[in-house]
Amino acid sequence: MATRQTQLLARSLLTPAVGLLFIWMIVPLALTIYFSTLHYSLLDPGSESFVGLENFRYFLTDPAFLASLQNTLVLVGSVLALTILLGIPLALLMDQPVIGRNFVRLMVIAPFFVMPTVSALVWKNLLMHPVSGLFAWLASLFGLTPIDWFNDVPLLAVILIVTWQWLPFATLILLTALQSLDEEQKEAAEMDGASAVSTFIYITLPHLARPITVVILIETIFLLTVFAEIFVTTGGGPGLQTTNIAFLIYSQALIQFDVGSASAGGLVAVVIANIVAFFLVRIVGRNLEA
Amino acid sequence: MGQITLQGVQKSFGPVHIIKGADLDIADGSFVVFVGPSGCGKTTLLRLIAGLGDVSGGKILIDGKNVVDTPPAKRGLSMVFQSYALYPHMSVRGNIGFGLKMAGLPKEEINRKVEAAAATLNLTSYLDRKPRELSGGQRQRVAIGRAIVREPKAFLFDEPLSNLDAALRVQMRIEVTRLQKQLGTTAIYVTHDQVEAMTMADKIVVLNGGKIEQYGSPLELYERPANLFVAGFIGSPKMNFVTGENALQRGAATIGVRPEHLKIERDGASGWQGTIAVAEHLGSDTFLYVDAGALGMLTARYIGELSLHAGDRVSLMPDPARIHRFDESGNALRG
Repeated sequence: MATRQTQLLARSLLTPAVGLLFIWMIVPLALTIYFSTLHYSLLDPGSESFVGLENFRYFLTDPAFLASLQNTLVLVGSVLALTILLGIPLALLMDQPVIGRNFVRLMVIAPFFVMPTVSALVWKNLLMHPVSGLFAWLASLFGLTPIDWFNDVPLLAVILIVTWQWLPFATLILLTALQSLDEEQKEAAEMDGASAVSTFIYITLPHLARPITVVILIETIFLLTVFAEIFVTTGGGPGLQTTNIAFLIYSQALIQFDVGSASAGGLVAVVIANIVAFFLVRIVGRNLEA
Repeated sequence: MGQITLQGVQKSFGPVHIIKGADLDIADGSFVVFVGPSGCGKTTLLRLIAGLGDVSGGKILIDGKNVVDTPPAKRGLSMVFQSYALYPHMSVRGNIGFGLKMAGLPKEEINRKVEAAAATLNLTSYLDRKPRELSGGQRQRVAIGRAIVREPKAFLFDEPLSNLDAALRVQMRIEVTRLQKQLGTTAIYVTHDQVEAMTMADKIVVLNGGKIEQYGSPLELYERPANLFVAGFIGSPKMNFVTGENALQRGAATIGVRPEHLKIERDGASGWQGTIAVAEHLGSDTFLYVDAGALGMLTARYIGELSLHAGDRVSLMPDPARIHRFDESGNALRG
């Protein structure tokens, strides 16, 4: 009797929160699904009509779709690889006892607190600008031709910016993992005659498997929807070279004013994210089992 | 061969002297236990021998060769850690064989040696398990297996049994001692448990405040403690110390009598008079905690059952041949 009352009380207390979340999620989803079946152009208000799956056919057969899907995967893959490959040595360095270690840590974490739009602007105008940027100045110091980042290698430029933003996150997670590595294990390896490199390969790296998995899963969620950096720097161009799925949906809705097609694209993006998540969990998720 | 000699070994962390000059000769094949209260420097001394810490002064000789500048792996010693420090992602086979793999031995030879070590320790059926799938005692055996497989000159044990429950500890104590005798390898064993020290050791090193207080066989330490510290540390329950008139009569500043060397008499007139504060009846032994007035609290032990209870008056007669005498600075007086 008491148990049932407790359960009833728990449920009724949870109801407002669950209800709010439910409405919050279900209303946009329902609207998106509804819009995706309409011919709905903002340039031609009042002409909405039901077109079935026509928007999906249109979105999926658009040559921009495959290009942006590829860009999305390249962007996610490159940033993941770079943040982990650079994050491990950085974390190892920051784990060493040096003077001012706390200050160094604070500085390394700083990029994570900078808004994506701000960091993209800084990179665009102060660092990568072909005329007045720092990189151009450095190149001219050595007598090299400055790289016009956003025209010559636009996707690489976006990858670098996003990597810079996410490197602190990877480093921080890996650093905390390094600090939890049992000191006696390292000493045991030392007694066993393992060199520094062997200790890293056989002791440290396996210990980092789980945090690396966490980094991959969390970063993927956010990297699939990178938008501000692209919007501020390249605007998806030149051509479609830096258009990812998120940016393509934006351009459907607010450049071409085709809400129906953008809604269809949004649903496609949800499916893609689920497919990626499915494979990721299968590949790296087994590391999360205790 | 595994003869280890320490000559004036010192260790300090900044201004704090942890080890204040230790001299020690450990014979090949002997089982030596470092025992002392926590913070006495016993683990530090073991780590210096292992090479996990650098000495601040003095020499460590292994088979006559000074090894203070030799890296740990090259000293030919192996260590069993308090936390076992097993590699969690490697199987038991991988754990035991890791040292051999690092030494670059061929696979077949590693397998042969690992299997031989596993057979010695009854681990054969667990070779492909991960450490987390093993019980505490089994993990302990894997850690020992990792030590023996390299056929070291000496084993170093850092409080290896402190994470086991009491029953398992007694069992592992016997297993470790038997294994050491069977292999005939020198062993240095650190513990804070004087029972472990007394039961396992060929020779005990009693450490206190970074100094070696006494080095000798367990019975030597029990029968002829060099000073007050050793007298109080070795033996359970603790030795009774009496100062003042009683001690001066015997020409000492302090005299010590072990609880088992006090003859207990009900309502006796001679000896030290007192009232029983607490009586513990274990069946095999009876411990009496006696309030002896000016002499303080005295502990007496009777082998077997003695039906005395709290509040009873007793007199305690020290066995004159078993009285330990100490001078003002705490050193034992002989003769």
